[in-house]
Amino acid sequence: MHRYFLRRIATMAVTLSVISLLVFIIIQLPPGDYLTTYIEDLKAQGEVVDPKKIEFLRAQYGLDKPMASQYLIWVAGMLQGDFGYSFEYNLPVMDVVGDRMWLSMVLNFATVLFVYMMSFPIGVYSATHQYSWGDHGLTFIGFLGLATPNFLLALILLYFANVWFGTSIGGLMEPEFIDQPWTWAKIVSVLEHLWVPVLVIGTSGTAGMIRRLRANLLDELQKQYVVTGRSKGLGEMRLLIKYPMRMALNPFIADIGSLLPQVVSGSVIVSAVMSLPTTGPMLLSALQSQDMYLAGSFLMFLALLTVIGMFVSDVLLAMLDPRIRLDGGVRR
Amino acid sequence: MDDLLQIKDLHVGFETRAGRVEAVRGVSFRVRSGACVAVVGESGSGKSVCAQAIMGILPRNASIGGGEILFRDPETEIITDLAALNPASEEYRCIRGDRISIIFQEPMTSLSPLHTIGDQIGESVRLHEGLSGAVAKARCLDILKLVRFPDPARAYRTYPFELSGGLRQRAMIAMALVCGPALLIADEPSTALDVTVQAQILALIKDLQTELGMAVMMITHDMGVVANVADEVVVVYHGEVMESGMVDDIFANPGHPYLQALLRAVPKFEHGADERLVPLREIKPHQGHLLKPRQIAASVDASMPILQVNNLTKSFTIRNEGMAGGGKSAVRITAVDHVSFDVARGECLAIVGESGCGKTTVSKMIMRAMDADSGEIIYNDQGQEVRLSDLGDREMIPYRKKIQYIFQDPFGSLNPRMTVFDILGEPLAIHNIGDATYRREVVIELMNLVGLDPRHLNRYPHSFSGGQRQRIGIARVLALQPELVICDEPVSALDVSVQAQVLNLLKDLRDQLGLTYLFISHDLAVVNYIADRIAVMCRGRLVELAPRELLFKSPQHPYTKALLDSVPFPDPAHRLNFAAVRDTAMTHPDNWPAPYDVRDATDASLIDIGGGHFVRAHRPSAKRTVA
Repeated sequence: MHRYFLRRIATMAVTLSVISLLVFIIIQLPPGDYLTTYIEDLKAQGEVVDPKKIEFLRAQYGLDKPMASQYLIWVAGMLQGDFGYSFEYNLPVMDVVGDRMWLSMVLNFATVLFVYMMSFPIGVYSATHQYSWGDHGLTFIGFLGLATPNFLLALILLYFANVWFGTSIGGLMEPEFIDQPWTWAKIVSVLEHLWVPVLVIGTSGTAGMIRRLRANLLDELQKQYVVTGRSKGLGEMRLLIKYPMRMALNPFIADIGSLLPQVVSGSVIVSAVMSLPTTGPMLLSALQSQDMYLAGSFLMFLALLTVIGMFVSDVLLAMLDPRIRLDGGVRR
Repeated sequence: MDDLLQIKDLHVGFETRAGRVEAVRGVSFRVRSGACVAVVGESGSGKSVCAQAIMGILPRNASIGGGEILFRDPETEIITDLAALNPASEEYRCIRGDRISIIFQEPMTSLSPLHTIGDQIGESVRLHEGLSGAVAKARCLDILKLVRFPDPARAYRTYPFELSGGLRQRAMIAMALVCGPALLIADEPSTALDVTVQAQILALIKDLQTELGMAVMMITHDMGVVANVADEVVVVYHGEVMESGMVDDIFANPGHPYLQALLRAVPKFEHGADERLVPLREIKPHQGHLLKPRQIAASVDASMPILQVNNLTKSFTIRNEGMAGGGKSAVRITAVDHVSFDVARGECLAIVGESGCGKTTVSKMIMRAMDADSGEIIYNDQGQEVRLSDLGDREMIPYRKKIQYIFQDPFGSLNPRMTVFDILGEPLAIHNIGDATYRREVVIELMNLVGLDPRHLNRYPHSFSGGQRQRIGIARVLALQPELVICDEPVSALDVSVQAQVLNLLKDLRDQLGLTYLFISHDLAVVNYIADRIAVMCRGRLVELAPRELLFKSPQHPYTKALLDSVPFPDPAHRLNFAAVRDTAMTHPDNWPAPYDVRDATDASLIDIGGGHFVRAHRPSAKRTVA
């Protein structure tokens, strides 16, 4: 077991270094760098650009150095916790991301929680009451959730939240709290605003999850070992939870790998529409303006979360499923 | 009364789109306490549905339409009508798994792969007797010992996938018996197992029945199993009881025409060479003019074997990278170990052995679907010897027409999206034989040849029954007019009456078309019916090769003897010697006594002991000293 962990961690390190190289190359692929984009912007506004200043900036940011050393500086910085400097905001990347990271985590964790809490009971009900009116009705609502465009739902909900509850349009808090220190009132305001995006982002996820859980569970309910359990005299509820539910969980645990990065970067479009102060829209603009350290650090962070997520889900799977844990030691 | 279970006029129906279908129509029988009742029938006869109705575990779309299932609990003497009881009720759940329990056919899927054996067995005790902790564990260990697990403490901790099929079925039996039920329902408990393992499981059930004083209701399609374990027999057909009575009467004086027909369809060992099985419905092959037997050139020596296999060897490497083990370990398993035999032109050579003995691997290597590690395969093509094992893929193509393969599974081996016409025409299309009119004619002739109606050519495989599909598979094989046909368990997925039909068809086709068969099977009764010579394989080694009568009359090798001892005869007068069966040592080469033992340096070879009878052994050492 320990050797397996060590091997996994070693491969994770290799994977991450390859990803860092790819991220760096992809960011550098478009012609020019942040400064050329900046100069173009200034020229378009009719301002004169002093070539000396440009040279100074270029040297200061290390943009005049060869690609390889730029890459090494970036990587070395990241290893020491220095994620570089955002050109666009004129601030260290850490400070730019700061609050936004926390808010997106709160939002997305709330969404994941919402999805699991809604979809599990509904999925289990749908599977155990297949083709009943309840199943058909819930399935219909689920499909509605899948089919409705998120941004449309967002606009509708924002309108009603404003009309019924007087919640301000857009954002995750009342405008007066923005950039203010955290207080109880601010937290309440965040919670008041949070439910709309959670509902909007969560509906499609919930609908998809219900469908998958229902399908998985229906497969498992057909299996012979369920009949065995029933023939032992187990009650339906205990039977359901101990055997088929446990088996149907595997795909969800395998999902955790892709869930973690989603918690940070997911829901870009909805965040943009609702002008939420989360990290998704920021990544988008950083990529557009070639703000390389900001974009690069972001992508690396996502990669790290993906790799860790995969590791966690593998370990959980091995803990839950003896076939994965023990396969290989087959005794005959 | 001492009837433990009385079923009176039971009706069970399934709700389908076409309306209600009655699967059980007025079945009545009884189970006396302590007795073993066999419920016999072919697939679809409703025998398993009866068991499900008794257990209250019918599928969701099935329901009891009428009748009574009276269960008298021998401890309390309370009689309950299970048919009237709600299956989900507390009262039913107290009976289910405690007073009546069930074991199923497929021991792998019947156990949850995620829970240990101990957990699954202990669940019943915790549920019904309220035991917990160490007491429950002690009960589990007791019962594991009772079903003869070699190491109960270790078995308690293992997961089902770590055990072999036979041990899994033992675990299943332990689970069913841990609460000491009054009635054990065994639904085809040995069908998925090898013949030696089947004999052990039957012996175990028989032993436990007397030890625990319980009644057994054995559901099976195998008349051999019935004759060996049952006291009473109930024969069901299309949801109705055809006949019931004591086992000796049933076999001696079958009254109902269906039962008589069924008994005639079962292959027996006392067959004369020319005796023919009588299927419920006989098929007469109608031969046309296109598929005549191949003429063998006069210059060819017909006594030369059509196929020679010399020292064929194949091993597989199994790599284990389990998390628990941590490191990698590679195990080399020799699936086929220096196997040599000849197949004479026009004969039927059978290879018998249990699962994993390498018989299918041999056939795949002859088909060149798999390459051998070493050894040679020589095919006699009209007097010209061709080393198939040396040919490249392209050079192999002309010989693919001459060697064809019949598969075991009639469902998986036909493409469900092709019509029968396309399926039968495909071999001709692949080898560019004839034009469209010629192909059409051949396909129609093929259908007649296997006794199917050519008007059904536009149908898809799903509209045919298992036996009909297997005949389609046989017709496809014959399209290319092969000389050698490899039949890999062609009847093991079929019911007894259909099995007889297909076996007769194969026999007739061989005579009419001059075919040579290499017949692979685990079923000695079937092999005894169809084969001229029999080769016995065990763990990759060919241990004995002899003409049919000789092998059955005077088996030499200890494994062959063990195999023959395990076959349940469909005759209550010749019951299995259960005492002999319990000793499983001879199924493993490590336990073979000299001169049959396996030594590393000087391995044994086939020795001719006269009359075409070969056995794998070391040369007597006496000879060596004399020389």
